[in-house]
Amino acid sequence: MKLTLKIWRQKNNQASGKFETYPLDGVSPDMSFLEMLDVLNNELIEKGIDPVAFDHDCREGICGMCSLFINGEAHGPDRGVTTCQLHMRKFKDGDTITIEPFRAKAFPVIKDLVVDRSSFDRIQHAGGYISVNTSGNTQDANAIPISKHAADEAMDAATCIGCGACVATCKNASAMLFVAAKVSQYALLPQGRVEATDRVLNMVKQMDLEGFGNCTNTGACEIECPKGISLENIARMNREFLKASV
Amino acid sequence: MATLDSKIPAGPIDDKWTSYKDHINLVNPANKRNIDVIVVGTGLAGGSAAATLAELGYNVKAFCFQDSPRRAHSIAAQGGINAAKNYQGDGDSTYRLFYDTVKGGDYRSREANVYRLAEVSANIIDQCVAQGVPFARDYGGLLDNRSFGGVLVSRTFYAKGQTGQQLLLGAYSAMNRQIARGKIKMYNRHEMLDLVMVDGKARGIIARDLVTGKLERHAAHAVVIASGGYGNVFYLSTNAMGSNVTAAWKIHKKGAFFANPCYTQIHPTCIPVSGDHQSKLTLMSESLRNDGRIWVPKKLEDAKAIREGKLKPTQLKEEDRDYYLERRYPSFGNLVPRDVASRAAKERCDAGFGVNKTGEAVYLDFAAAIERYGKEQAHIKGLDENDAALVKKLGTQIVEAKYGNLFQMYEKIVDENPYETPMMIYPAVHYTMGGVWVDYNLMTTIPGCYCIGEANFSDHGANRLGASALMQGLADGYFVLPYTIGDYLSKDIRTGKIPTDLPEFEAAEKSVRAQIDTFVNNKGTHSVDYFHKKLGKIMWDKVGMARNEKGLKEAIEEIAQLRDAFYKDVKVPGTGEEYNEELAKALRVADFMELGELFAKDALHRNESCGGHFREEYQSEEGEAQRDDKNFAYVAAWEYKGKPSDAVLHKEALEYENIKLVTRSYK
Repeated sequence: MKLTLKIWRQKNNQASGKFETYPLDGVSPDMSFLEMLDVLNNELIEKGIDPVAFDHDCREGICGMCSLFINGEAHGPDRGVTTCQLHMRKFKDGDTITIEPFRAKAFPVIKDLVVDRSSFDRIQHAGGYISVNTSGNTQDANAIPISKHAADEAMDAATCIGCGACVATCKNASAMLFVAAKVSQYALLPQGRVEATDRVLNMVKQMDLEGFGNCTNTGACEIECPKGISLENIARMNREFLKASV
Repeated sequence: MATLDSKIPAGPIDDKWTSYKDHINLVNPANKRNIDVIVVGTGLAGGSAAATLAELGYNVKAFCFQDSPRRAHSIAAQGGINAAKNYQGDGDSTYRLFYDTVKGGDYRSREANVYRLAEVSANIIDQCVAQGVPFARDYGGLLDNRSFGGVLVSRTFYAKGQTGQQLLLGAYSAMNRQIARGKIKMYNRHEMLDLVMVDGKARGIIARDLVTGKLERHAAHAVVIASGGYGNVFYLSTNAMGSNVTAAWKIHKKGAFFANPCYTQIHPTCIPVSGDHQSKLTLMSESLRNDGRIWVPKKLEDAKAIREGKLKPTQLKEEDRDYYLERRYPSFGNLVPRDVASRAAKERCDAGFGVNKTGEAVYLDFAAAIERYGKEQAHIKGLDENDAALVKKLGTQIVEAKYGNLFQMYEKIVDENPYETPMMIYPAVHYTMGGVWVDYNLMTTIPGCYCIGEANFSDHGANRLGASALMQGLADGYFVLPYTIGDYLSKDIRTGKIPTDLPEFEAAEKSVRAQIDTFVNNKGTHSVDYFHKKLGKIMWDKVGMARNEKGLKEAIEEIAQLRDAFYKDVKVPGTGEEYNEELAKALRVADFMELGELFAKDALHRNESCGGHFREEYQSEEGEAQRDDKNFAYVAAWEYKGKPSDAVLHKEALEYENIKLVTRSYK
């Protein structure tokens, strides 16, 4: 395959960025999108051009490190996958592909396609935990039965990988899906109920402080989420928040 | 430092840990506030250690090269975590978990460490449930279990196919609580590039901020290395792209012995390589072997027709299939340990029975499981068990509920539907049992420098059993290190803050800067990956699944030459004072270039086959590994002497008092 790549280049947080165009030949449909970028970078390096910086690590869709806004979609045109699992067979020979970073005020660009998502970490610091010390003397794991339904729902919420696709895709740059996933996981489990009130209030407060927008229920986040986190979680968080506020 | 003292406590094995804990020195809470600990790496071991040490009151500085501790590669572990809970009432016990682990490791691990691991395993599950980890449950609301390779009980706890993710997010949540309290100071996008020693003790590190390129000095009373394994020395592995040996190698160069580097796990069920562009390999969880059956065609002509695309696997009749694991190992069948399953796959493919274009793939087939589950469901629902279409539909639903995310991952990568046609799999580098030598306290040969999780060598011998890596990481971090490090730190309560303007910090920073300057000023012609791929090829071809004397000698020579070529001809664009991933990669590959040679040297010296180390010269007539307990029942701990070829071997004899050494058999 022969492609034309339009890639956002930005030297650092202070510099202003712009699109650069690179032709790329010899792309195999079996390559992952990031392997295609590896090929480009190898060419750039050997020509003495600064390679394109992008975040990635596990390359199997679970670490949440890779991002990229590809042809106007977070993680590209395929559904239910991160960019690292997107394969070039989803594109056609001769395509022009536009690649941008995840854009949001709370995700400042570090370089090229790399953004700073530490705002997500700070929301978790505000309450994304159950206050239990390590002791080896907690009660037996089977002491509290949890219905399979609740456990499965908690698990579905807990599969969030914290990639930020929901924010990048939302016209308000809202982080509601991300925050709701964590709030829901704990709200659904008896262990998490104890601190549920403080947790939802603190996490939402931090979310607002970080400069994420509000939710207007367009549902774009659910569609773009590589892990299929459901909008129901936002409804559950709203309910938890209301309960905690009145 | 010349002699190896494993510091195993005296007494009967089931009492060692308890009596050890009863007699160590403790640090009082007021003094803990004046003691700093550095933790490098935030996976299951590092994350759990950082959180627990902070809960205890120490001031923790934690470092990870990713943009958040939640991204550490423990996150990718799929299948599960072992614990001797015996919830299934199927005969499990601490002793049995201990025994299975020692046997699984082909009798090359340290008894006392393994027993302690089995002993604390049950606490891990309790702790994680209390943290809100959503393990799989059955309809009665109690925890569910599955089986993994090399054992005859069901002791594996799991959270779908994302157990590592859920456990890591549990440790991450415990860290977050301490970060919020200010007890952990988190340094994301930072890489440790050297250890600083003062008066013979580990007292700090030099770290590079990967965003600004700035070198930083961090001091502490103890340094904990939890930086994971070194599988990426093979370039292609199931490890994350950034996984590296640098932190472990830097402490090795400062005096920590490196043990058993040749013990590497080649995982049997990975998606086969598709082409030269490949950057990493993807694992298909071992849990799939609970239900999937592994086979190749019985006849060479069928294998050939399949490779040429003239025949489909689903067209092959039952009697024309060779379920070679079930044939060779009837009692464990498809659930033999990983090293055994990998070698068996290689043997069939080398004999010409491989089923993909490259001839390096075997089938993992779910048709039988789909039918079995489908019939069961039809029976439960009172439907027609003989309606094939219905049975297939119901069975597919069960398989999807169990392994859905893995099947989806396979389909995205290979572009084939594994519910309809068998998966193709082949072994790939996955885990490294070898690592930094540690004593019973998890301390390296450098006082005050600890090593935990995959980065150390201690618990898995020559082969790790499935679902035991998560267990070891969390055991080390939550339940072992917090005790052992306290005993050491109790002697440091009067030391006071360690200043960073000492000449030792100055010297370490200077040497790191010199190495960075070498790379950015080098006017080479090839990228870092170019050399890394070459290293990987030597490792896979000559130090991979099967090794022999000739190949290993060649590998040692070729790696040394490649290392020279790398320093002469590598091209690193940009500068050291900015975000520069190529520079970060160059610094990591430089260490792999040294480790690779030591790895081959270790494999060459070990004239036996055991676990993941298979020397072609040492095998039985049936092709099984042949150990030599008389000459090799020891840990090979290598001391750094300037060049890998000059490394000096130290031996820690392995004494088995509770388990009899016998030939490992899964037949």
